[in-house]
Amino acid sequence: MDEGVERVGSAHIPHSGTPLNPCSFPSRQIMIQVADVTKRYGPKTAVKNISFEVDRGEIVGFLGPNGAGKTTTMRILTGFLPPTSGTASVGGFDVREDPIEVKRRIGYLPEMPPLYPEMEVGDYLRFVARIKGIPAKDIARRIDCALERTASGSVRDTLIGKLSKGFRQRLGLAQALIHNPEVLVLDEPTSGLDPKQIIEVRRLIRSLAGEHTIILSTHILSEASDTCGRVIIINDGRIEASDTPENLSANLQGAGTLLVEIDGPADQVQDRIADEPGVRQIAREDGRDGRVVWRIEVEKDAEIPRRLAAAVVSSGWGLYSMQPLRLSLEDIFLKLTSDEQVAAEAEAAGTDPEDSAEEQEADDE
Amino acid sequence: MRNICTIAMREFSVYFTSPIAYIVLVMFAIIFGYFFATGLAFFLDYSASMAAQGGMGAPTMNVNQFVIEPSLGNMSIVLLFMVPMITMRLFAEEKRSGTIELLLTSPLKDYHIVIGKWAGALMLYACMLLVAVVNISVLFIYTTPDWKPLLVSLLGLLLMGGSMIALGTFLSTLTRNQIVAGALTFGVLLLLWVLNWVSSFESSTFSRLCEYLAISPHYEQFSKGVIELKDLLYYLSAISLGLFLSKRSLEALRWKA
Repeated sequence: MDEGVERVGSAHIPHSGTPLNPCSFPSRQIMIQVADVTKRYGPKTAVKNISFEVDRGEIVGFLGPNGAGKTTTMRILTGFLPPTSGTASVGGFDVREDPIEVKRRIGYLPEMPPLYPEMEVGDYLRFVARIKGIPAKDIARRIDCALERTASGSVRDTLIGKLSKGFRQRLGLAQALIHNPEVLVLDEPTSGLDPKQIIEVRRLIRSLAGEHTIILSTHILSEASDTCGRVIIINDGRIEASDTPENLSANLQGAGTLLVEIDGPADQVQDRIADEPGVRQIAREDGRDGRVVWRIEVEKDAEIPRRLAAAVVSSGWGLYSMQPLRLSLEDIFLKLTSDEQVAAEAEAAGTDPEDSAEEQEADDE
Repeated sequence: MRNICTIAMREFSVYFTSPIAYIVLVMFAIIFGYFFATGLAFFLDYSASMAAQGGMGAPTMNVNQFVIEPSLGNMSIVLLFMVPMITMRLFAEEKRSGTIELLLTSPLKDYHIVIGKWAGALMLYACMLLVAVVNISVLFIYTTPDWKPLLVSLLGLLLMGGSMIALGTFLSTLTRNQIVAGALTFGVLLLLWVLNWVSSFESSTFSRLCEYLAISPHYEQFSKGVIELKDLLYYLSAISLGLFLSKRSLEALRWKA
């Protein structure tokens, strides 16, 4: 990949207008800022008062069930939909005040790649390049660049209608990349692809990090933990959590859970451990050869594992292993979203707001 | 301007990568050829019989009045059928396939999109007129028709077609279903076409209003080679109205979507 070519291309995109938010930190530069954004569709509220920030070069994953408001949030960021209330800005430009400036800086891959089946790949990219405002003399170079990045140079002269699903998705990405935007917004970039293609697309997304700020949405949890530096969990139009995948699994357990394998008389061990301060619960998880694996729920305190270990050793029992149990992103996700669901079901017996929101979204596609 | 051109050129070329352009142009070539050939046959027959009677009426017979005028005059009926075919896909197709998201998230103004699409459709319509001109130009080999009224009537046809296409563009923004857009356009155009019938049996203000609103009577003066300000204004305002409504409808799309 010729980086020099990339830079030249982007330098020609005119940057006019004044940024709303000129405060740029030397180390940390806020690229996307969303403050108290609400979006209503008639009586339905798709997004409720969400706020978040994304730094330059970050890869952020929106995670949530279908109809949670991911697509709506992304559409607001891309200037496709205006927010009902609140403000959103990209690169310092407000999506409502300076939509053209925002759109210059964003490459957007909607859930369904916006492709014209009756056009050839090369012609399509030329069209996109023109409407994205790339100067005529750079267009050929930018097309080559986009095709190369997405490894789809071989289909340049193919009719889009004849492309496979994988190539369509790649072409969708090429389309989003063509004007070398600062921000990439990718709505479910891997949906409908086979496992090999999914891996390719993820690799491509990771290769774009640093240079571009990327927001992607997914309902596949492993994808979020795989590709994203930070995960924002959205459910029912609200942000439930926002952190790195590792911190999410570490913090969101609330209290920690330890798996401890001890060689000693089971009932004595249970009593001794249960008496230890900071231990909430102890349960027998598994056992073999006289050793028992205990599942111990403890309060969050770095001292506790140490004290437990000391207690076991001083009682003369054997301590074979002690490991913190990390919740997988799946567990966190279910934990965060299921509480909501139970409450919602109890509240509105029969009418599930999530379903109707999803239907609305499906209608719009 | 560059954005408008880009959109217009894409729209225009899409007509030729799909069967639409060929269907429209071939159908038009056949229908117009028929109008023209029968008009010409009638003219030849009539002028021959006039000449046989002793040349008395010969100076009043001219090709402009007896061949070009009626054959171009029938265009408004042809347009009634052709315009919905041309305009129905403009926005409905993009809304259905989701490509409208590409246009609306690109650094384009709404009016770039609307005018671009309208201009693309107008270019296809201009190709239809070109077919008519090819037919008529045959006359220049054998006789000397007056070319100035011909140009004026072509301008009139361009304006009339432009207004109908602007209307069709607007109706196409309302739905994601091409058939619905086409049927709506046909219905509205038909209504505008027959609106002046009221004035044939009534002469109230209402009927005069209807006559003014009807789309085809405004072409009459153009076909005679006369540009009247009220006709020019009618067509220009119809085009502006159609494009303005399309732009508003596109804005509303953002709020509804």
